[in-house]
Parts: sequence; C-alpha cells; structure tokens
Amino acid sequence: MIGTNRYIGNPVERVEDLRFLRGRGEFVGDLRREGMLHAAILRSPIAHGRIRGLDPAAALDIPGVRMVITAASIGAVPTIPLRLLGLPGTERFLQPVIAADRVRYVGEPIAVVLADSPALAEDGVGAIALDIEELPPVADRRAAGKDDILLFAEAGTNLAMNFTATCGDADAAFREAAYVRRERFQVQRHSAMPMEPRGLLAEWGAAQGRMTVFGAAKVAFFNRGTLAAMLGLPTSAVDLIENDVGGGFGARGEFYPEDFLIPFAARHSGHPVRWIEDRREHMIAMNQARETDCDVEIACRRDGTILGLRGEVFVDLGAYIRTTGLIAPRTATQFFAGPYRVPNLRITTASLLTNKTPTGTYRAPGRFETSFFCERLIELAAHDLGIDSAEMRRRNLIAAAEMPYQLPRLDPGGTATDTECDSGDYSETLDRCLAEFGWDAKRELQGRLIDGRYHGVAIACFIEGAGAGPKETARLDLELDGTISVYVGSAAVGQGLETVMAQIAADTLGLSLDRMRVFHGSTPHLPEGYGAFHSRSTILGGSAVFQGATALLEKIRMAAAGRLGIAAGDIEIVDDAARASDGRSVALAELATERLRVDTAFANNNRLTYAYGASAAHVAVDPGTGRVELLDYLVVEDVGRIVNPLTLHGQAIGQVVQGLGGAFMENLVYDANGQLLTGSLADYLIPTATDFPRIRAIALENYPSPSNPLGVKGAGEGAIIPVGGLMANAVANALVAFEPMPNQLPLTPARVWAMASKQRAGTS
Amino acid sequence: MMQISFKLNDKAVTVDVEPRLHLADCLREVLRQTGTHLGCEHGVCGACTVIIDGEAVRSCLVLAVQAEGSAVVTVEGLSNDDALTPLQTAFRKHHALQCGFCTPGMLTTAHALLTKEPDADADRSRTVLAGNLCRCTGYIPIVEAVLEARAAYRNKP
Repeated sequence: MIGTNRYIGNPVERVEDLRFLRGRGEFVGDLRREGMLHAAILRSPIAHGRIRGLDPAAALDIPGVRMVITAASIGAVPTIPLRLLGLPGTERFLQPVIAADRVRYVGEPIAVVLADSPALAEDGVGAIALDIEELPPVADRRAAGKDDILLFAEAGTNLAMNFTATCGDADAAFREAAYVRRERFQVQRHSAMPMEPRGLLAEWGAAQGRMTVFGAAKVAFFNRGTLAAMLGLPTSAVDLIENDVGGGFGARGEFYPEDFLIPFAARHSGHPVRWIEDRREHMIAMNQARETDCDVEIACRRDGTILGLRGEVFVDLGAYIRTTGLIAPRTATQFFAGPYRVPNLRITTASLLTNKTPTGTYRAPGRFETSFFCERLIELAAHDLGIDSAEMRRRNLIAAAEMPYQLPRLDPGGTATDTECDSGDYSETLDRCLAEFGWDAKRELQGRLIDGRYHGVAIACFIEGAGAGPKETARLDLELDGTISVYVGSAAVGQGLETVMAQIAADTLGLSLDRMRVFHGSTPHLPEGYGAFHSRSTILGGSAVFQGATALLEKIRMAAAGRLGIAAGDIEIVDDAARASDGRSVALAELATERLRVDTAFANNNRLTYAYGASAAHVAVDPGTGRVELLDYLVVEDVGRIVNPLTLHGQAIGQVVQGLGGAFMENLVYDANGQLLTGSLADYLIPTATDFPRIRAIALENYPSPSNPLGVKGAGEGAIIPVGGLMANAVANALVAFEPMPNQLPLTPARVWAMASKQRAGTS
Repeated sequence: MMQISFKLNDKAVTVDVEPRLHLADCLREVLRQTGTHLGCEHGVCGACTVIIDGEAVRSCLVLAVQAEGSAVVTVEGLSNDDALTPLQTAFRKHHALQCGFCTPGMLTTAHALLTKEPDADADRSRTVLAGNLCRCTGYIPIVEAVLEARAAYRNKP
C-alpha cells in the first residue's frame, strides 16, 4: 500500500479542466489536415428492404463532390467481429460495414460521399438516386419471436442467443413456497447520448503504408486489430489516436461501420478524410440500449425470505449483434437478483433481432433493467406480505459472513460463467442510507396526500460488478527533465483519467502531481492495452500504474544508491531528488541519464470487484398532471477505496441523473415501420438543470477489494443501477390508494396520470 | 460568397462566407476557433452558445452573415492567457465539468447571465442553464459553481 497519501483520497482538482475551461480541448472535430476531404454517409431510410438501384451520378455532378464509395467500391465487404462474447452462432448475425443489397434498419450505411466541405458532402448524399424495395419489417421482439419474417433467412431464426442463469432448484422452491407472485415488466429503448457526437479523421500514409485514425475512444487497441485485419494491414501499420472525448457511457468507441469506412475512404481517395456525425445521424447510427421486458415470478416464505426467482427475459437487440451486443442480455441474466440472496434461481434471456438500430452497452448494461424488475418484484412481495420495504431487503441481502458469495452460473458464459461477490457488508450501506435519508420519519408520509400531492418513498440496493480482465498495461519513464511520463492502456472518456492516474503515480513515487504527464488510450504509446469499459480503468489501469511506479521507485533508489555508494533502503525521494539519510542527494534529472523506465501489466485473473450500495428516494406525485417531483434522493455506495472524492462524487450524481432520464423521460420510440419517431434532442428528452436539483451521494471505503493492490472497486456504473426500480416503487407507494402497477418505464406524466385517474374513475 | 466583418473576442475579423454557413461553422472551420462546440445543430443542446452583443445565442441557429457588425464573444474570449476567470475557477472547484464538451456553452450562458444579473438566485440560474444539456454532471455542480461565481460579477465596476 502507498505510504504518503498527499493525493490519493483527496479532492484533487482535475488537470484536464485547465484546457476545457479555456476552450482549448482538442476533440476530433477540431482537427484539420491539408487536402482533407469531408465525408457524409447515405443511410437507409427504410427499416427492411432490398437495394434495387444506387446511382451516384447526380452526386458526382456537383462541383466539389469528389467521390462516392459504395459496397461495390469495397469488394468483399467485411463484417464487424464481436469484441466480447463472440459465442458460437453469433457469426451469423454480424453487421457488414456497408449494406450491399439488403438493409435491416433505418440508418444503415449505404454509401459514403467525399467532398470539399461537409455541406457539399451532404448535398452529395441528397443527390444519390436510391431505390429500395421495401420488405415487411420486424417491428418488435414479439414479431421477431414468431420467425415468420426473418432478418437473416439463411439462419432460419431471429433468435440471436439464449442465456440461462441457474442456481439451486427453482421449480422445487416454487412448489414449496407459501407466497408466489408473477409479473411482467418492461424497460424502454434508450441510449447513452453523449454530448459530443462521434467523429473520425483518417490519414493514409501511402509511402509508409501506414493508417492513422484520430477519434478513437474506449478500446483503441482492440479496434486497431479489427481495422488492420479488415484493411489487410499488419497491426503495427495501424495507429488509433484518442483525442479529447466528449462522453462515452459505453456506447462511444466500439467498432462501428464508420470505423472501417472512413479509413477505407482515406486510402481509396488518397486524401485525409474527416467525418463528424450529426445528432440526427447519431440517434439512428450509434448503439441504442435497454429495450428489455420479462415475465418473472418470485417465491417467498411468509416472513419475506426469498426462496426463488424464475422466468423469462426478452431483449430487443436490433438488426445485428454489434461488438458488445450480448453484454446486456448476459448481465441481465446472471445479475437478475442483484445483491440479494436467492438460493434457487432460473432466468432465461432470449435476444431477438428486429429491424431497428442495433444495440450495445450503455452504463450498467442489463443491470439497470433487471434491477427495475427485481426491485419491483421485491416491493410487491413486501407489500403483499405486510413487511416494511427496508426490512424486506435487509432480510435478503447477501451477508458479510457469506463472502465471497458465488453468483448464479451462466450458460453460455465464456470467461464469465462463474463469478463471486468479493467483499463487503451490504447491510451496512443499507443502514447508512436509511439513517442519512431519514427513512423512519419519511416513511410516515407513505401514500399521504399533502397539499394536493401524494408522497412516496422507496429504497433499493445494488451491486456493481466491475474490472473485467484480463489486464491493463502501463509504462513509466523518468524523463531527462526529472518529470515522469506515465503511459497507460486505459482510455479517457471524460471521467478524469489523467488526474486519477497522476494521483496514483505521484503518491507512489513521492513526487508532486505537476511532475506527472499522463498519456492514455492511443496505440503508439504501448504495445498493447485494454481500455475503458466495465468501470475498469482505476481498478486495472490504476493498479498497473501503481505497480509500475513502485518498480520505478525501486530503480531510482538503486541508481541513486549506486551513485552515492550506500544501500538503496537508505534512499528516499524528496523534492525531485533522491536523498540519502546522510543528507547527500542526486537530482532525478541526473539519474534520468541512466534511462530509468518500467514496462508493466496488471492482471486480475478475471476476478471482478463488486462495489455495493443502497439508494433511497422521496417523491411527490400530482394526480392531476402526473408530474413527479423528486424531493430527495440519496445514494450510498462502498467503493472499496476512494482515489479522488471530487470525481467520484461527480460520477455518482451524474449517474443518478442519467438514470432518472431513463426512469422518467428518455424513449426511443419506433413506429410499426421501424421509423424512429424521436430523432432529435427536442423529441428525445434528457434531463436538464431544472428537472432533478436535489440529489445526494455518500461514498464509503470500508471494504477494500482484495483483488487489486489499491483496494479500489469500480465506481462508474453503480449509482445508475437502481434508479428505475426505485422511482417506480416510490411512485407506486405514493399512489398506493389507487393500486397502481408502474411496471413499465419511462414513468411519463401521461402514464402516472393514468395510474391515478383510471382507478379513481373505477372507484367513484 | 459574401464578405462579412464583425468583432470576435475584441478583435476585428473579416471573412468570406457562403450565405448558408452558420455562425458556429464559421467560427470553427473558417476562423479556427474550435472552443465553440456543436452537439446537435438543432438549437437544443446549447453547446454552441456564444455571446452576441451581450446576449447568449446559439451559434448553430445564426447564419454567419447575421453576425455582420456585431461583437461576438466565444469561450476563448472569456479569459486571457493563463489565469482562469472566477467563473472558470468555480467550475473547476465544484467539478462542474467531466468530458468538457458542453462546458463552453455552459460558461458563455452563465457569463451572459451573471453579467446582466449578478444576483441571479438558484432557481433563476437553473432556469437559464436548463437550455444547455450536459450528460455527465447531473447539473448540480454547475449550478453550485455559477452561484459561487456571482460575487465576482457583483464586484465588477
């Protein structure tokens, strides 16, 4: 462990802020190159169809339009491989980088226009003559399940994958249980929606045979391999460069069709090519997420002890399996029960293909959805059995004495077939949350009508699995000016990575923060890297930096000991110098002439960390308008160890508000023809500054993770997990007199109003 | 092409632009001031907000030719060289930015507000900032930062 904590654990102001606050960030759209062409993409306006004709002549007649690239220009059209869970059978449903003869969703790329300006490129897109024969679309997962219209005829089914999680004997538990309840729940399709749309700038160096692509994010090293294979280049001839990244939340940085098309266009045209996605395009092209429903049941004893969970989950996957497309279904299956002890469980999840934009991971994939399902079931059971909501949860939380706790077995599961909760006392965060929230006082308001509004409170618990392996890499160099260059394979997507890595390196070395320069994400820095997903950067990247800094410190001590002729153990680092106990010292800048450098990797053997917590909320519901006001929201999470309380708090608050968007507002609505009806930020509502002004977050570090030297656990995806279930239960408890069933998100004013008015009409 | 002249961050500029070019693209692509960001080009997200003659304006909804003769301030013009302004300092202290993409629009919007209304209360600040979307912070630290920065605007001569 680190001895002097000048930085770790303190609210260090971010180094990134200095450039962002002055308008000096460098996002991919800020880049230009001499002779650069601008790309715009013709996308399918039809959800399902056959391309009968594609004539670019009119586009090429526009002065300034230089080239139109179609499937025919590419020849053998590559498909995009899965990054995770590339299980047998998935190869049948991969997305080609461009549509050759068949289109399967509105937004699928058909042609790329290169022109002298973005406006001219868009003019070119508009001028292409496109003739598509419409086929009947598969509009939703129910239609998909009938298999009468197939997205991939040769596969013979729209069922892309089935996952099953099991433990104990669910059917036996249900036979013997005193209490059983079965319900259906549904979470709507919504999306990460980062504020910066995607973008790429590709440069082909014909003389060297090198491809350089700017605008990479999240998993640049993996994507480099994918792109190199598609272009027929050695991996070492391709570099992916990460610029400042305007938010990721899981969706940005995966390999999309454009990640091939733009580099291809650069090589094909001999010009640097830049493509900047616009928002309308973003909403039909970038991964969507979350569209999941279920038919599930819970079995309990009369005292509220959960005996079993079983049922079926259905995920609307969209038109193809994208790079992370199976992560949400997988996680929904295995983590259905969250932090609760469920001895007998059988959950089966069907992932079905529809003619909509394909889906992928979005912050807490699968966990937001199933937490909503599970917390609703538990709340209904508590209500039916006459048990307090908090007591019901306390009785069923996995106990500290049960750690490590084996979660249900997943089939097929790849490397994640088995996983176990690593450490912690789940009831501690629950009790802290209840106390800080003032549960005992606030629950007296449950269902009460005060000044025309019904009040409701709810409580929910969650676990946040994080730190997917296998490893992360780092390199630390002592530079000739005595500063330290820290290279890490992790990626920055706006979460403050530079600051956190600098904190870890500076504390380990005993140097000041301004001596650290952090480089991340881009492929030239390191031979391999793994990136930013599954809240893994601080866990694996941070541990790699810690490990590297520890080794570099030892090298510095050895080198200084050699110069000073004493034992390395007598050397410490003070003010940019290695100082002996007798007062003599040698400057780090001088030691740097010995080329002191460490290359390292931290591997976790796929042992995940499980942060955990509890959240509580208090709402007031206006039965006349259906408006829900959030009066108080508190999340308490134990994250093992806090590196930067400022950025950690920011993660928690930001997640809650993002989750509230999913609970109340955000909805990607498609019509029966597979057309997106909410295609702008004026139609797809995300939270604004006036919507949720009262949110509190408390972070604890009582149970460090045993699986890494820092003791940290993932902290970027926990707080969003319970938001949907918590809000539905709070609204249900507020409107308890109307016996509402808020089993479908989002809880729009219209839906909440209907819950209050329908019952009222029935009883009057 | 049309020739236009306006003041950008206190400097006179003259550029030739197509009539259809919007001000944000003029700033970013022609004048190479890339601090102004484009998040939607529908006038919804507010990332492209600049200050024109004292008013916070969405530069994606203004044609460049409409800026003729006006004074335009972008995020680059809020601070000079190395020192952060009190508003920027408050943003940093309260961790009112994560990815930094919406930040230029937040800063210009807040600067325009506090210049006119240095006593804007929390509700007023929230209402004005509600025209700018942020996907990272949940807005709470942004409102805190704006409220803290008020003192510096009150003390201006």
